[in-house]
Parts: sequence; C-alpha cells; structure tokens
Amino acid sequence: MIDTPHVDWLALSPTIALLGASAVALLGAVLVPRTAVRAFSAAITAIGFVVSAVFAGVVFDRSPDPTVLLSETMTRDQLGALAAIILALIGLVVVLVSWSDARRDHVGEYYALLSASAAGMVFIVSASSLLTMFLALEWFSIALYILCALDTHRRESLEAGLKYLIIGSFGSGILLFGCALVYGSTGELGFSAIREATGADDPLFVTGMAMILAGLAFKVSAAPFHMWTPDVYQGAPTPVTAFMAGATKVAALVLTLRILVTAFPEQAEIWSVAVAVLAVASLAIGNLAAIAQRDVKRMLAYSSVSHAGFLLIAIAANSDDGATSLLYYLIPYVAATVGAFAVVAARERELAQPVSLANLAGLGWERPFLGVGMWVFMLSLAGFPLTGGFLGKLFVFSAIYEAGWWWLVVIGVLATALSLAYYLNIVRALYMRSGEVAPGPVVAAGGSPPRDLLLDAAVAAGIVVTIGSFFFVQPLVDLARDAAASLPL
Amino acid sequence: MLTTLLIVVPLAAALVVWVLPLSNESTAGLALLAALAEVGLWAGGARNFDFSSQEPQYSATREWFSDLGISYSVGLYGFQYWLVGLTVVVGAAAIGYAMWAGRDRPRAYYGLLLFLIGSLVGVFASQDLLLFYVFFEAMLIPIYVLVGVWGGPKRVKATLTFVLYTMFGSLLMLASIIAFGITQGTFELAALGTSSNDWIFLGFLVAFFVKAPLLPFHGWLRLTYTEATPEVAAILSGVVSKAAVFGLVWIVLPHFPEPVDDLRGLALVLAAATLAYGSVLAFRQPDIRGVVAYSSMAQMGLIMLGIFSVNDLGLDGAILHSVNHGLVSAGFFLLAGMIEARAGGGEFSRLGGLAKGRPALASVVLILGMFTLAVPGSTNFAGEFAILSGVFQRGWGYAAVGAAAIVLAAMYALRLISAILHDRRASGPDDTSTDLVGGELALVLPLVAILAVLSAWPALVTERSFPLDQPTSFISGQEQAP
Repeated sequence: MIDTPHVDWLALSPTIALLGASAVALLGAVLVPRTAVRAFSAAITAIGFVVSAVFAGVVFDRSPDPTVLLSETMTRDQLGALAAIILALIGLVVVLVSWSDARRDHVGEYYALLSASAAGMVFIVSASSLLTMFLALEWFSIALYILCALDTHRRESLEAGLKYLIIGSFGSGILLFGCALVYGSTGELGFSAIREATGADDPLFVTGMAMILAGLAFKVSAAPFHMWTPDVYQGAPTPVTAFMAGATKVAALVLTLRILVTAFPEQAEIWSVAVAVLAVASLAIGNLAAIAQRDVKRMLAYSSVSHAGFLLIAIAANSDDGATSLLYYLIPYVAATVGAFAVVAARERELAQPVSLANLAGLGWERPFLGVGMWVFMLSLAGFPLTGGFLGKLFVFSAIYEAGWWWLVVIGVLATALSLAYYLNIVRALYMRSGEVAPGPVVAAGGSPPRDLLLDAAVAAGIVVTIGSFFFVQPLVDLARDAAASLPL
Repeated sequence: MLTTLLIVVPLAAALVVWVLPLSNESTAGLALLAALAEVGLWAGGARNFDFSSQEPQYSATREWFSDLGISYSVGLYGFQYWLVGLTVVVGAAAIGYAMWAGRDRPRAYYGLLLFLIGSLVGVFASQDLLLFYVFFEAMLIPIYVLVGVWGGPKRVKATLTFVLYTMFGSLLMLASIIAFGITQGTFELAALGTSSNDWIFLGFLVAFFVKAPLLPFHGWLRLTYTEATPEVAAILSGVVSKAAVFGLVWIVLPHFPEPVDDLRGLALVLAAATLAYGSVLAFRQPDIRGVVAYSSMAQMGLIMLGIFSVNDLGLDGAILHSVNHGLVSAGFFLLAGMIEARAGGGEFSRLGGLAKGRPALASVVLILGMFTLAVPGSTNFAGEFAILSGVFQRGWGYAAVGAAAIVLAAMYALRLISAILHDRRASGPDDTSTDLVGGELALVLPLVAILAVLSAWPALVTERSFPLDQPTSFISGQEQAP
C-alpha cells in the first residue's frame, strides 16, 4: 500500500472550479441542443469564474501564512489567492464581453477553452516549482493558441494563432532550457529549495536564470520579446485579446515576481538590472511604436508592451513596496485594458470591420456611455489623476525611487509623456473628428445593433474599478501588501 | 468643511448634469445655479475667516493613501481665499456667458465647465502636495475637451499643443514630487521640510513656468487663447494661469529657499523678458484676442517679478495683481466674445467705430482698458506699484523694465480701445449690430464692480493675504515647521 500524500483541496479549489466548468461546457457542446449551447456554456463558464473567485477569496482569508504543498509543487498563500481573484474576475468580464459575439460554430469550445486557460493561469500563480510552472504555462498557452485561431474564417485570426504558437513555443523552449540548466546545477525543482542549494557563481545557474527570465518575458510581452504581441492582439477575436492583455499579464508577472524573489534572491543584483533593462526597452519600444499605429487593437497591444515596462519597474525595485505596487498597479491596469477592448469589441460588431482611429470617430457622441468608458480607460492608462492608473504609476515610481534608482523614475515619466500622444489621440478620435470623416465606410453593419447590456455591464465594471481604485486606494493597497507579505522579501 | 463644499459642489453638479437627461435650459440653469451657489458660499465664508491666523481656515483632513503619506488635506490661507474667490467669480461669469452664447451639447459642456471650476478650487485649496498635483492634472481633462470640441477652426491643434506643453511640464513636476515627498516621508505641505536639490526645484519651476507661461515656454499661448471659446479663454487666462502663482508662492518659495536664492537672477530675468516680450507682441497683434493673450502673458511676467523678489511688497503685490489680472483678462475675453459675435470675427480690420451709438459697450471697453494700462488710482496700479517697489529692492534694472512695460501697456491698451471703438473702417461692423444687452452687462459689470471696490480699497487683499500681513516671515516660518 502506498501512502498517498495529503492533498489540500481548498488550495486547488479555484483551479478545479474552472476545470470543472470547462468540462461541463465541453460536454454541453455535444449534449445540449444547438440553440441552447451558447446560453448554456456561457452561463456555466460565468458560474465557474464566480465560484473560482469565491474559493480564491476563501483561500486568501484562510492563508495568513504561506504553506508549501506537496514537496513544494505549489504554495498556498495570499499572493496566489489575490492573483487568482483578479484572474477569475477578468474571466467573468470577458464572458460578458463575449456574449454577443457573432460566433456560429465552436461556441461551446470557446467557453471551455476560456475557462481551461484561466484554470492554468490560476494554477500558475501558486506554482512554486520549475515543473509545475512549466506545466501550467503550457496548459494556459495551448488553450490560448487555439482561442486565437478560433475564428477559422478570418485569415488574421489563423495567422495570429499560428504566430502565437510558433513564437510562444520558442519562448517556452527557452524557459524549459533555463529550467534544465537550473535543475542541472542545483538538483532541485522547488523555488525555495533552489535558493538553498544555490551555488551563486555557477555560470550554468546564472545562464539558466537568465533564460527563465527571457522565457517569462515572452509571456509578459516585454520588449525585446514582444514581437508577437501586436499581430496576435490584432488578429485574435477581440474578447480573447482582452483576456490575453489582462489575464496573461497578471499570471506571468506574478509568477515572475515569485520565482525571482523566492528562487534567486542571492542573484538580485543581476536580475534587477536585467529586469530594469527589459522595462526600459519595453517603455521605449512600446510607446514609440504605439504612436505610429492607426489600428486601435494594435495600438492597445503596444500600449500593453509599454505597461509591461511600468510593471517590470515594480519588480526591479526588489522590495516589499515594489511587490505591493505591482499588485496594486495590476488592478486599474487590468480594468482599463479589458474595458478598452470591450469598447473596441462593441464598435467592431457595429461596423463589422476592424476598428481604426478613423472609424472610431464620433463614437463618443453616438454612444455616450461607451465613449465615456473609453475616455476613462485611456486616462487611466495614460496615468491621469482621478483614475487608479495615476496612483499605480505613482506607487511604482516611489517604490523604485526608494530602491535608489531615480533615473528609472525619470525614464518612466518621459515614457508617460510620450504615451499621452496616442492615448489622447483616441480621445480626440472619439470626440473631435465628427464631420471630418467621409460617411462612406463608417456605416453600422445592418443598421444600429441593439444595446448590448452585458457588454455595457462589462464596461461599467471597468469604469467602477478604474475610478474606484483611485478613491479607495488604501484598502486595495492593504490587500496587496498582505499578499506581498507572503513573499520572502 | 466649507473648503470641501467649495470643491464638491461644482463636481457634484457636473455629475448631475452628465447623468440626468435634463433639457438644455434646465441644464444651463442648474450649472448657473451651482456657480452662483459657489460665489455665495465663498462670500459667506468671509464672515468667519480669520485672516491673521497661522493655521489654514476651513481646513479638512482625511486619510487617503497612508502608505505613501498622502492625505486629502485642504484649507485656506488668505491668499488662497482670494484665488478661490477669483475662481468662483470668473467661473460664474463664464457659465453665464455660455448660457448667453448658447453651446451645442450643453450637458457635456456645462458639466466640463463645472468640473474645471471644481478642480481649480481644489488646486488653490490644497494643503497636500500630491493632492495639489491631482487637481492640477485633473483640470487638464476638461480643458482638453472644451478647447478641442467647442473651439475655433484650429481647435484640435490648439488643444494638443496646450496639453502636450503642460503635461511635459507637469510630468517633470511629478518626478520632483515623488523625489521630494518620498525622501521626506510625507506629502503634507505643512509637514514637508526644505530641500536644496536644484533638480527637484527645476522640475517644479518648469511646470509652473509652462502654466504661467514664461518666456521660453509660451508656445501654446496664442493658439489656445485664440481657438478656445471666449468663456474658456477667460478661465484659462484669468484663473488657470494663477495655478502657477499658487504653486510658486506656496510650494517653491517655502520649500526651496536655497535654490530660489541661487537661481533668483535667472527667474527674474525670464520674468522681466516675458514682461517686455509680451508687451511688445501685444502691441503688434492684429486682433482682440491676440492683444489680450499677450498682455496676459506680460502681466504674468510682472506677477513673477513680484513673486521672485521674495519680499513683503513683492508678494503682496503679486497676489493683488493676480486677482486684478484675473478679473481684467477674463472680462476682456468675454467682451472679445461679445464683439466677435457682433462683427463676425475679432480682427481689427473688421472692427472700428463701435463707440458710435453704443454707449454701454464703449464704456465697458474703455473702463477695462483703463484697468489694463494700470491708470493711477486703479487697483492694477496699486498691484504694479507694489510689485515694482518690491523688485526694486532686488535690482533697479528689473524695476526699470517693469516701468517701461507700463508705458507699453498704455500703448497696446489704447491701441486696442481705439481699434475697437473709433477708427471707423469701411469693412467695419454696420450700424445694425446692437449695444451690449442686459444679459451681457450682467456678466461684465460685476467684474468691473469688484475691480472698482479693489481700486478703492486694495488693502482688502494685500493686508489679508498672509497672516499678520508678513508674507516673507510667514513663508520662511513655514520652512522651519517640523
């Protein structure tokens, strides 16, 4: 008789809820009558996300101290739980955005894949060994590859899927190589075991660490590992893009933070410089390239590259404040990004063509609510006051300033100034172009579609979080600080 | 409590206007009501205002972002009270003008105007450095749209130039604020000590010099003041530029005594150059708004001379002249709007001869013109006199430039008056365009009346701007606070 180890089902419950939802949605795709598949699988997925968020909340509540589970394959702590809550809520909002997608086939599979990939992300934020990390990374990535290519009738969607698959696999390969090198030089897989076994000067070990960082940078879409981002974000179905821009970033950044401070604290001087370099590159490339974009999804893709830069600054600070500011920044960032893509999705459905700056014209007057939403999201991404984006940037900058890197503050501030050019461009298109654009191409496809209440609800949620995180910053920062306290900083 | 109310009332009114589907008339009515309520609240506040207290009056403090030591902390000292007064009075006149002129999409328009007024009050009432920055930036949001949507033909270019200039300045200031506040562990203005770091100082300085604007940073001025609607231009030149005055008096002077000492010469030279340059350009402009815009720039240069002389006379004069200039230039921009509406444009080639048969218009233009050129006996004269006596103690050269600029001011003001009222041209407005009507007079006359009161009693402001009327010791006392 073999002794089975104790399994902490509660720690796994947020993941299991999503996997369960995925399985039921998949079954439903076969068993439920065709006409009801959409409602059924969307409802099941939404319920899965809600249950997952609730369980993650329970885990957060009951894990004041981090616990290592199953010979350090995963850690049950407040960091993972908070990230899981954010991820599940992103998923829920994406379900709302997806509802009126004009998708006729693969509806059940769409929702099943969505919750499956979210399950992988919810798992990866708690992963604490090289093996589970890689497993979960592939798990959510493969689901995302398929989701990107799901619009089989659109060439761009297929291209996005293929591109993401190839470049993503390349990134995974680098990550795996790095894991192998680290394992080879230490003989350990668990993050804290690696820290204890470390032979700090071992060149193989440091190379491995660098490759792990590079592999994760692909997922974070930090420059110079961002090449896939614009094409994939542009080509993928818009709700999927929203999900990738929000959730993948949360998962990858939390994991990056965890592995760097848990497994490689001795090498902090090396990786904090490397992370700072990645951040500066992302800020420069993301912002400069975004200015030149005319396609809104592409512009938002580069904007997400530049935000990877801001978020990496928080990691480079390598301090308690840095980790806290990263977690806080993620909240308004995610709200604004997902919300912005929701507005883009609405416009896209209305026009039945890709949304560019030109055909965004006048949206602010035609659909005041969506216009105000987009305006708020752009202001938040640009870091204007009265939105959480401002305090996020402020917090990140003050964390890195306290860490002694004042020049990163200056670079961050200059990048912010640069970013205004394209965020305000969108606001300008929303409100200040009406009349100048020939009415020809900007005609609603098949008349004005009815109001999409669920999508409006998603935008409303984005607005509430974006502005609410400004006024109620301290409670959120308290949560983030609790979560960051589970890291050995 | 009163201060919070002054900030919240316009913001709440803005929300109501945006959310409730009111009719156009009730939207405008509600906005005007809120603006008048602001004036009433502010005037009522004078009764219990202790101008000699070393503590801010009507203050309120609430925890906000305690991890970084940021709190919602507002309150008013005398000079802040006057600046807030300027805001609410000009704001009410601007909303009244918008009602009279009639604007498209009134719900958005009045909401944004109210939002702008609320954030301006917030700027002048802040007692926390970061809160100040929040309001300072927040006011850009409405300005961007107000100029960009409702402005003249080149509105989009105007608004982009304005926002990019200001944001460039204020983001540098953000870096300075972070460096300053994090080093000191708090953002509370009263608790912040002093810093001798020139770079941090320069970050603040550039932001305020862009806002004023001072000489190399004035690229946005002409286009923005010309393209904005008259009431927005009135708020911009009358009130928004005073955010620079507030920032310099209440942030830079108390907290950066050493850098101010070191770089005073540079600041004074820039201010004097702005004064001379603005005055000369105002004399050369071909339209009303151009003259008012550059005269506004020149007057800001004069105010900066007063601030950077850092002595009692200079500072008192700077506050008084901020109020004077705010009222005069707001009044002139509104008048410009009224005249443009009659003549179909503000170029002097279309104007002239308006005095004939239009006594009210002629009188108002003449009176405001007299204030602009600081005729002895006017409050502007008192302000300029105090500033020039103050700056004289720093070097007679600055005072000489200032005095010369007064002559130039007389030249451009008289040219403006004669171009509008006399100088009958063939292409000028015909006799059918009316005199100022009751509604228009009701907007401009209150501003003139306040100016008249201040002319009779300039000490109302100068003696009540700083506790015990001792600006320098108050400001430097602030720097020794724990």
